[in-house]
Amino acid sequence: MAVGVLEILVSRINYWVYIALMMIGLYGIIIKNNIMKKIIALSILQTAVILFFVSIGAKRDATIPIIDHTNASAHTAISATHFINPLPHVLMLTAIVVAVATLGVALSMIIKIYREYNTLEEDEILPQLREDK
Amino acid sequence: MKAFGLVLAVFFGGLLIYGSFEFPLWGDPAAPASTHVSPYYIENALKDTSVPNIVTAVLADYRGYDTMFETIVIFTAGIACILLLRTYKTVEPDIRLYRHIPTGITLRIEKGGKFPADSRYFERLDSAWVPYDLIAKTTCRLVIPFIQIFALYVIAHGHYSPGGGFQGGVIMGASLVLFAIAFDLRSAIRRMGERVIMLLATLGVGIYAGVGILCMLLEKNYLDYSALATFLPFDPVSARSHGILMVEIGVGIVVMAVMILLYFILASAGKYDEGL
Repeated sequence: MAVGVLEILVSRINYWVYIALMMIGLYGIIIKNNIMKKIIALSILQTAVILFFVSIGAKRDATIPIIDHTNASAHTAISATHFINPLPHVLMLTAIVVAVATLGVALSMIIKIYREYNTLEEDEILPQLREDK
Repeated sequence: MKAFGLVLAVFFGGLLIYGSFEFPLWGDPAAPASTHVSPYYIENALKDTSVPNIVTAVLADYRGYDTMFETIVIFTAGIACILLLRTYKTVEPDIRLYRHIPTGITLRIEKGGKFPADSRYFERLDSAWVPYDLIAKTTCRLVIPFIQIFALYVIAHGHYSPGGGFQGGVIMGASLVLFAIAFDLRSAIRRMGERVIMLLATLGVGIYAGVGILCMLLEKNYLDYSALATFLPFDPVSARSHGILMVEIGVGIVVMAVMILLYFILASAGKYDEGL
């Protein structure tokens, strides 16, 4: 019984790590008052998604998705079981760079907000917003 | 609020953990993600495109549209940064600092003084004075060329080893950011002005979209690189790998330009003259 429970625990541990990371990010987005901290939480959430995708691509007893073309493999059939899934890697490769670019936009918005309201705390910005109306 | 957030996070975390029992095990070759389209990519990438690195083949050929619009997202992010932050009204401070390069003496010139403009022997300093750091500057001088060569290698060798336009572009951008940190933003901007950066970003997107249009002009589908075989001395399959290389170069240029632009804009808070 105990062995069975432990087996279940260990078998899905990779997903649980990403779920934990994702929930840390979600918790940060919900409760943090400071906009900068919210963006850090967003990045943590994003990292969880990226890790999740990359782990989907893993395959047991498989190597990286680069074919050893010098080994005259053009004539021998390439078996899909020998290479890990390249698709999650492709998606995350672009996602990481886009994440950096959008983080830059978020940071420039933060600078703009700080110039306008002289603070990054949400509870101090909201009264000022209401006054402006 | 805190309790609410905690409850929400635990609730959704519990739901996801409950759902994770339906997920495939780690490294399961029969997982749904590895059974539908990915075996086709693995088995046919070399035959279709003559690119051994399947990730590159999928990135720039099978999923060429996706990558093109990702590149445009990066380009748009750079433009959004400029539109949000860039200020064009330059407010010159009353007191300027100059460094006499041969002796390393810092000059403080007050309002009404004569500025040693455009002299080879003086360099303008930021209004917050930073000491001259010989060790950091010399190290960067030595390291930056190798970083840039490595970046070019990563772009050019992306067909045969892990690499490609995105990674190489980021490394290339990092080399200039390193320069801007070790020296100062002013001398980095002197080397790579705003105009040059934006032209490079546009050029990169133009290369990507232009290769697609070239394929259309050669009577094939948009981004079907086998059309390039009509004027390149290759068969259609190797023409695909060369089309991928062209596209990767375009991506690398965009990513490099936007990374540098983001750093310059954010470090100077839109003033584009000095900072950090």
